[in-house]
Amino acid sequence: MSDIASRVKAIIVDKLGVDENEVVTEASFTNDLGADSLDTVELIMEFEKEFDIQIPDDQAENIATVGQAVSYIEGAK
Amino acid sequence: MELKRVVVTGLGALTPIGNTKDEYWEALISGKSGAAPVTHFDPEKFKTKFACEIKNFEVTDFIDRKLAKRMDKFSQYAMVASDEAIADSKLDLDAVNKLRVGVIWGAGIGGLETFQDEVLNFAAGDGTPRFNPFFIPKMIADIAPGNISIKYGFMGPNYTTVSACASSANSMIDALNTIRLGTCDVIITGGSEAAVTIAGMGGFNAMHAMSTRNDDPQTASRPFDANRDGFVLGEGAGAIILEEYEHAKARGAKIYAEVVGGGLSSDAYHMTAPHPDGIGVVAVMKNCLENAGLNPEDVDHINTHGTSTPLGDVAELKAISEVFGSHAKNININSTKSMTGHLLGAAGAIESIASILAMQHGIVPPTINHETVDENIDPELNLTLNKAQKRDIKVAMSNTFGFGGHNACVLFKKLD
Repeated sequence: MSDIASRVKAIIVDKLGVDENEVVTEASFTNDLGADSLDTVELIMEFEKEFDIQIPDDQAENIATVGQAVSYIEGAK
Repeated sequence: MELKRVVVTGLGALTPIGNTKDEYWEALISGKSGAAPVTHFDPEKFKTKFACEIKNFEVTDFIDRKLAKRMDKFSQYAMVASDEAIADSKLDLDAVNKLRVGVIWGAGIGGLETFQDEVLNFAAGDGTPRFNPFFIPKMIADIAPGNISIKYGFMGPNYTTVSACASSANSMIDALNTIRLGTCDVIITGGSEAAVTIAGMGGFNAMHAMSTRNDDPQTASRPFDANRDGFVLGEGAGAIILEEYEHAKARGAKIYAEVVGGGLSSDAYHMTAPHPDGIGVVAVMKNCLENAGLNPEDVDHINTHGTSTPLGDVAELKAISEVFGSHAKNININSTKSMTGHLLGAAGAIESIASILAMQHGIVPPTINHETVDENIDPELNLTLNKAQKRDIKVAMSNTFGFGGHNACVLFKKLD
């Protein structure tokens, strides 16, 4: 796993209180990991802080899975 | 329309001197102080470096970690105390009509630490607003009863009353009246506060409201003592299950006491100072007696507001003498804030619990730390100084007064 992927995973485990094994590439924040609308906003903010990037709202809407988050961040770095 | 009778069927307490109602009671009658150096932040530069904090408390022992992170401490404390009270009431959660169960809570401030931390975080940045999406829903004072209703599915009235240190007496009175009017069968009421924070301590210190007895925190809260120098900040929660009498009887509930009346008034005088003649305080006790249909001579015990401030304690006792006349000297008066410190919006709840348990056990908890007589206080009054006293209590009164001049008073009666 890439460095980015493992850091993303750690944030998700911490913020959503889920088991590490559940945080797979295709897992959806809302459908699989129990996130609600506030949780997803918080996740995006944590990604911005951790990776020192800006994720505009219209881009954030397209980040719904673990894999999409990792790809977006890899592209933004 | 005939008013319904209202009884207490469950209690829960998370206090600086005990984390359950039973621990709280044991500490109360043994005269234990909850004061100690502040641990929630470094108080080095603060005028007051001690408080009555909750001790040996790990929130994840009670609330799932993810859920706990969505709550300010004042909500966490509310959840823990109300869980205990609901369990104590043995309410059958499957059988009860949840549309007729409400949660009316009290909080003087709300999520102060959450507010403080979010603003500090913003101030440390470059001006870009990066507020956490949970900031507002964690901080607002009404979220504690919201969280309780979400956990249990109680769909009746749900809100928080805010009247500073009278908040949870206000919530109890609203709960009382809601059940009296037949709108609800059961209401989870009480209050919680978690203001032992940089902003809370700094703010109260700026008002010169708190004791600065840093060399001896455990004796700092000394209501009625001549050398009192302000209140000691406390935190925690008290939860009380109020239930319509017939509803409680029908399910064979244990009944602690009847809530027979509530009184409300305002000083209409000053933002923070009590009225020197205590006219609002006189009015609230009279209102309360009238509301309960009781005479002054019926009252056996008063848990005072008694915060250990120079002005407030004397004004309250003068008001008691005025309302109760020659009977005042027969009343067991105390201030349990000498032990718990001042829990602000939770004060009315935990002090009502102290009065209810005093009635149940026939023992009045003491006003600890009394050393020097204050010549402004009538020596004939029984302030239950330093040691618990046995007393058969039929009627107990609990007083609370808040910054803003809010006065609230509740009367409990032993069930015949």
